Amino acid sequence: MAAFAEQAVAEPPPAQTVGYWAGVWRRLRRDPVAIGAGIVILLLILMAVFAPYVAPADPLRASTLRRLRPIGSPGFPLGSDELGRDMLSRLIFGARLSLFMGITPVILAFFIGSGIGILAGYVGGRTNTLIMRTIDVFYAFPSVLLAVALSGALGAGLGNALVSLTVVFVPQIARVAEAVTTQVRGRDYVEAARASGAGGLTIVWVHVLGNVLGPIFVYATSLISVSMILASGLSFLGLGTRPPDPEWGLMLNTLRTAIYVQPWLAALPGVMIFITSIAFNLLADGLRSAMDVKQ
Amino acid sequence: MSAQALDRGGPAQPLLSVRGLLKHFPIRNGLLGGVTAQVRAVDGVDFEVLKGETLGVVGESGCGKSTTARLLLHLIEPTAGEVIFDGERVGSPALGLTSFRRQCQMVFQDSYSSLNPRLTVETSVAFGPKVHGVPHREAVARARDLLARVGLEPGRFAGRYPHELSGGQRQRVNIARALAVQPRLIILDEAVSALDKSVEAQVLNLLLDLKQEFGLTYVFISHDLNVVRFISDRVMVMYLGRVAELGASAEVFERARHPYTAALLSSMPSLDPDRRTEEAPLAGDPPNPIDPPPGCRFHTRCAFAEPICSATEPPLAAAGAHHEAACLMVQPGSGHSRAPRAAA
Repeated sequence: MAAFAEQAVAEPPPAQTVGYWAGVWRRLRRDPVAIGAGIVILLLILMAVFAPYVAPADPLRASTLRRLRPIGSPGFPLGSDELGRDMLSRLIFGARLSLFMGITPVILAFFIGSGIGILAGYVGGRTNTLIMRTIDVFYAFPSVLLAVALSGALGAGLGNALVSLTVVFVPQIARVAEAVTTQVRGRDYVEAARASGAGGLTIVWVHVLGNVLGPIFVYATSLISVSMILASGLSFLGLGTRPPDPEWGLMLNTLRTAIYVQPWLAALPGVMIFITSIAFNLLADGLRSAMDVKQ
Repeated sequence: MSAQALDRGGPAQPLLSVRGLLKHFPIRNGLLGGVTAQVRAVDGVDFEVLKGETLGVVGESGCGKSTTARLLLHLIEPTAGEVIFDGERVGSPALGLTSFRRQCQMVFQDSYSSLNPRLTVETSVAFGPKVHGVPHREAVARARDLLARVGLEPGRFAGRYPHELSGGQRQRVNIARALAVQPRLIILDEAVSALDKSVEAQVLNLLLDLKQEFGLTYVFISHDLNVVRFISDRVMVMYLGRVAELGASAEVFERARHPYTAALLSSMPSLDPDRRTEEAPLAGDPPNPIDPPPGCRFHTRCAFAEPICSATEPPLAAAGAHHEAACLMVQPGSGHSRAPRAAA
């Protein structure tokens, strides 16, 4: 016994052992792109939360005299929109609804879709076939079409837009969850846990969740930008946010008539959507590589 | 609860009796998922594992070794047949699956995939006892103790994650994990096959020490005949889901009676220049288990095959003391020209 005990001790000690999430954070910190994206998102969220203190003017105060001022006009740092409202203030306030409509459906769909997908993946067999084929029916529709159809059927309004976006994302997340769970279920450590006499719920809780939630979370993060853009589309059709509430998608759409008069101004809400969605995507990418244990 | 306290039938009663174990995997095809064929992975296997012995199981890839291992633990449901553990049928009211699984554990080939990458090795080892109701603190103490026994100093290794360990160290953790529920039988499914030779020898010695220390019984599955010969008291040779030969290790290795065993043995690389292998003893792949050949399953590749071999299925027949082989050449009066004459 002594001989191989020595052998085991003789091997060089690996780097200091840290918890899994501490390791993820350590790797994420070394990724300047992900950190930059995280800071941008944090600033956007702060901006949304403290909008009344940050914004220089009332985003709803209109004036027919000051319509479509160019960027940099006195009193209007980012110009004014087609109803003479301060663009900067509207962009700042718009972050509230845009981020809300981007993040909330994804969070809801993350929980519902993960639940469905993990159930299907872990139970397998006919239950899996039944659940996944039902999911496929929803998946077969293009996301935009499904969101518009559901919103239209439910009626206009923020709440209904939220519900329909959630329904759009549940099948996508469930599919990823099912695929990851099926993969994890086949690993020997799940077999070993079954051989230890553990029940299905214990195995899912201890051995499956920790290994599947990471990849699902990363996928969900990348859906936030899609959700924001879909929400903008719904607003454009009059199914989501209603004027005069500021929301980037709606602003982009109402300003499209001004594109020949003030093209830079008309592009501003699009720039905000672009910055936000790329920040979320880059953060998701960074998370994905930071969560890869075998690095 | 020590292994001795659980012993019910006394030393003469086999720890594990397997009777008519059968596993057919259906192949589903088409829209409605109709069963078009059956893979006969394990096709009627009978054997016993005696208390305190090591039963080696050998055979080519796809002969049903690993399926048998998973069937023994009921990780997959057998199509037919029964497993009797120390006199009680597994799954009967007297021996439920959970209490059976506490007494029977398994170590897998892939040391990485058999450990949860998100858990420290200590947590992984402590998981089994906790499932069986051992309080957290006690389970962790037991895990640390077992890690020490398998040669991993708990102070340095307990908090590590699987990717921070070498293959040999991970396999030690897997052994500790199997020991943690204080089993009487451990099934080692190619447990040392993925390790390099020096580490393999260390782990084999560890297994022998642990067997002594905890009074364990092993079912040792491997395709490596040298390793099986080193560790086994008895050997079972499998071919296409059937037992070809079964007997004491020395008997089988010295006086193989089944031509398949003989061929396997002669495929072992020898260091003796006078016993050099001149030609490949076994040509081609084993036949497809979806449609196994009639009669003796080995007759398609057997040098001694006669017409009778494709007509009659040979049962396991006594071929000496503590030695059985499923070959018509062993069975008296079977009709094979090399068979011994039937006793009058």
